[in-house]
Amino acid sequence: METGKIRKRIALNRFRDHLFWIIGLLSTLIGFVLLFTLIIDLFIDGFPRLTLQFFLSYPSRFPEKAGILSAWVGTILVMIVTAATAVPLGIAAGIYLEEYGKKNWLTHLIEINMNNLAGVPSIIYGLLALAFFVYFLKFGESILTGGLTLGLLILPMVVIATRESIRAIPNSIREASYALGATKWQTIKDHILPYSFGGILTGVIIGLSRAIGETAPIITVGALTFIAFLPTSPISSEFPFLSFKWLMDPFTVMPIQMFNWISRPQTAFHINAAAAGIALLLMTLFMNGFAIYLRYRFRKRIKW
Amino acid sequence: MKRKLSTKIKERAIENLLLLSALSSIFITVSIVFILFYEALGFFKDVSLWEFLTGKQWTPLFAQPKFGILPLVTGTLLVTGIAVLVALPVGLIVAVYLSEYAPFKIKEVVKPILELLAAVPTVVYGYFALLFLTPILQKFIPNLSGFNALSPGIIMGIMIIPYVSSVSEDAMKAVPMHIREGSYAMGATKFQTAFKVVIPSAFSGIAAAFIIGISRAIGETMVVAIAAGMMPNLTLNPIEPIQTLTAYIVGVSLGDVPHGTLEYKTIFAAGITLFLMTLFLNILGFWFRKRIREVY
Amino acid sequence: MSAIPSSPLKAEVKKLNFYYNLVQALKDVNLPIAEKRITALIGPSGCGKTTYLRCFNRMHDLYPGNRYEGEIILYPDQLNIISPKVDPIEVRMRISMVFQKPNPFPKTVFENVAYGLRVRGETRRNLLEEKVEKALKQAALWGEVKDRIHDLAFNLSGGQQQRLCIARALATNPEILLFDEPTSALDPTATSKIEELIMQLKKEITIIIVTHNMQQAARVSDYTAFMYLGEIIEFDKTDKVFTHPSIRLTEEYITGRFG
Repeated sequence: METGKIRKRIALNRFRDHLFWIIGLLSTLIGFVLLFTLIIDLFIDGFPRLTLQFFLSYPSRFPEKAGILSAWVGTILVMIVTAATAVPLGIAAGIYLEEYGKKNWLTHLIEINMNNLAGVPSIIYGLLALAFFVYFLKFGESILTGGLTLGLLILPMVVIATRESIRAIPNSIREASYALGATKWQTIKDHILPYSFGGILTGVIIGLSRAIGETAPIITVGALTFIAFLPTSPISSEFPFLSFKWLMDPFTVMPIQMFNWISRPQTAFHINAAAAGIALLLMTLFMNGFAIYLRYRFRKRIKW
Repeated sequence: MKRKLSTKIKERAIENLLLLSALSSIFITVSIVFILFYEALGFFKDVSLWEFLTGKQWTPLFAQPKFGILPLVTGTLLVTGIAVLVALPVGLIVAVYLSEYAPFKIKEVVKPILELLAAVPTVVYGYFALLFLTPILQKFIPNLSGFNALSPGIIMGIMIIPYVSSVSEDAMKAVPMHIREGSYAMGATKFQTAFKVVIPSAFSGIAAAFIIGISRAIGETMVVAIAAGMMPNLTLNPIEPIQTLTAYIVGVSLGDVPHGTLEYKTIFAAGITLFLMTLFLNILGFWFRKRIREVY
Repeated sequence: MSAIPSSPLKAEVKKLNFYYNLVQALKDVNLPIAEKRITALIGPSGCGKTTYLRCFNRMHDLYPGNRYEGEIILYPDQLNIISPKVDPIEVRMRISMVFQKPNPFPKTVFENVAYGLRVRGETRRNLLEEKVEKALKQAALWGEVKDRIHDLAFNLSGGQQQRLCIARALATNPEILLFDEPTSALDPTATSKIEELIMQLKKEITIIIVTHNMQQAARVSDYTAFMYLGEIIEFDKTDKVFTHPSIRLTEEYITGRFG
């Protein structure tokens, strides 16, 4: 090729390269722009509605009177059950797979299942819960059912977070513990768990923040969209001062309340929906941010 | 110093307890499969498989019910198709940019934002689709119906971009530097190297990323339940309202569904269809991810 | 090939064979370990010296596919510590190890040394403090850490961390102390401090040390075994091995002709 042609070819290549660089940057910024637009739009629509009254009122036929009290209380109670389900089960499974599991067919099968479950649509968990928890175990359309459903949904996340945190611990630490005569469980209890705690906690918080926003499986297990009362208080005035009746009560959660209001034709309800959306978004973003902060703090403390 | 028998028993008991927790994953999968098949079987006692697979109308709640699943399936595929049209190219471009071009500082800012994009609850995306995007689109497409497939499709596409881009980027990061250097040494630009060398090398990983994106779109519920409508409609026209498999299940669940009725069984019929679709995709994705490990 | 030491024996290795799955890493090893003396193991990379060392505290049990054959008899109770009937945890409570790269726990200095005691069920605070101080003094570290005993161990220097690991291993009064190339990750100053320490320790405890540094073995040990390809080529008093080795292979290794 003559020099002239080569130079032209190089210029063309450089041009395409530069063009792509621009396209790439723009595409990446799409995410940022969109998130920004969405949040602004939500705030414009809903911010005026975010009053104390909004947080302390029950839903109502009148949009000005309606509020998210039952919804956010329901969310908190459901999250308690979700965490109580997913955290012990997930951490235990993660410990088993990393510290006890030998490379046999059973461990392999467990892993395949875990990875597959992470890809199952959330509404399928709703169907499972409907048939199994609501009807078969007769837990009914209750907070217990809702919490168990979401607990199963985020279980793979907790397991994966646990495994990754445990894997980060160098083997030399394990050997040091065993060399001092510790048993497997002592090594796990005194070393593996404490050192992986930060990573596990981060994973749990991210999982819970995902669960807070889940709507479909909760609708399927029968959370009602118009709840004008609170579940039974966990604190009772007589011995033993702690009641579990709230577990079996009907309930609603934040995303369902928002969904309900969006589905109404009146614009006033849409404004309520936007306000609920802001509250929900803030909850989620705050939890994610907190998890990222925790991850940073724990990484500073323990440097492998 | 002898180790007490009780310590050994305790160690064994703890191991078994942990094993049981790990087995829970198998238990959950088995339960899902069992329940779906059990209820679907009950459904197919009353409804012929032929009508289910080939019927063009889905009206199970009418006086003269029709049980063709096709409208729900096409609804699902239509919205998924639109989402995929947005998410796959953009996701891949973003991944290439982040992996081959972007300086560290930009990556540090962009990656958390993409994570946040994936963290937004889907109801909020649904709100956005129905009350923000649809009105805007209606200015450009005058006969766009209030419920349609286009708006949720686009929003879902945006929602899925982070999944596609992060898995693709991981796949491209795994391509060793010396392969790129071979290309640069021949005078190629970043663009040429990225598309002619890196992407083909990372093909399995990128395919897996695409499959994850598609699977996520197929399983999405709230965005379509809010913005696409609750009317089954056998069409490929994105400006019309449609209903997806997922939205149907939600729609029925919002009402009263007594256990054991035919209505109750229809949601499991839709559920098993959905499950089989995503199962197929997950197996495909797994196969691709296996191929990655074999290549390196 | 091997001379029985004149001092009493703490342990005796008899016909030790070791297999990583199907690969034989140790062939017919016979070796006496003299009590309260330092026995060194030298040899080129991959000759099996670390494998041999890790048999003593049953480290191989932690990983699947490993198999011991033969006996390692511990005196005075004549226990075969590699017998499948013997609990590895029991063995590890009598025989401690210091590793190649310092591996303190991400805990305080105090908790690091106290861990071995806690594992044995000791919870009384005053006793723990007493034993931790004693161990740190034995490891020649007490002076440097006594004011920061509740600081994180990670804040110590490399040499200090290794002495901390030695203190940790000593706190439980082991009968044998195993050293796996303890100074290979340290600078010369830290190395000589540790070599001094090891020579001090032999007054109280039996020591086996694996090292790829021949000068170290010559400086520090009483008896030396030279290993090659999983077999003991020569074993004798250190002086003899380094000045008049009986086997040609030993001489070639010592004079640097290979390895």
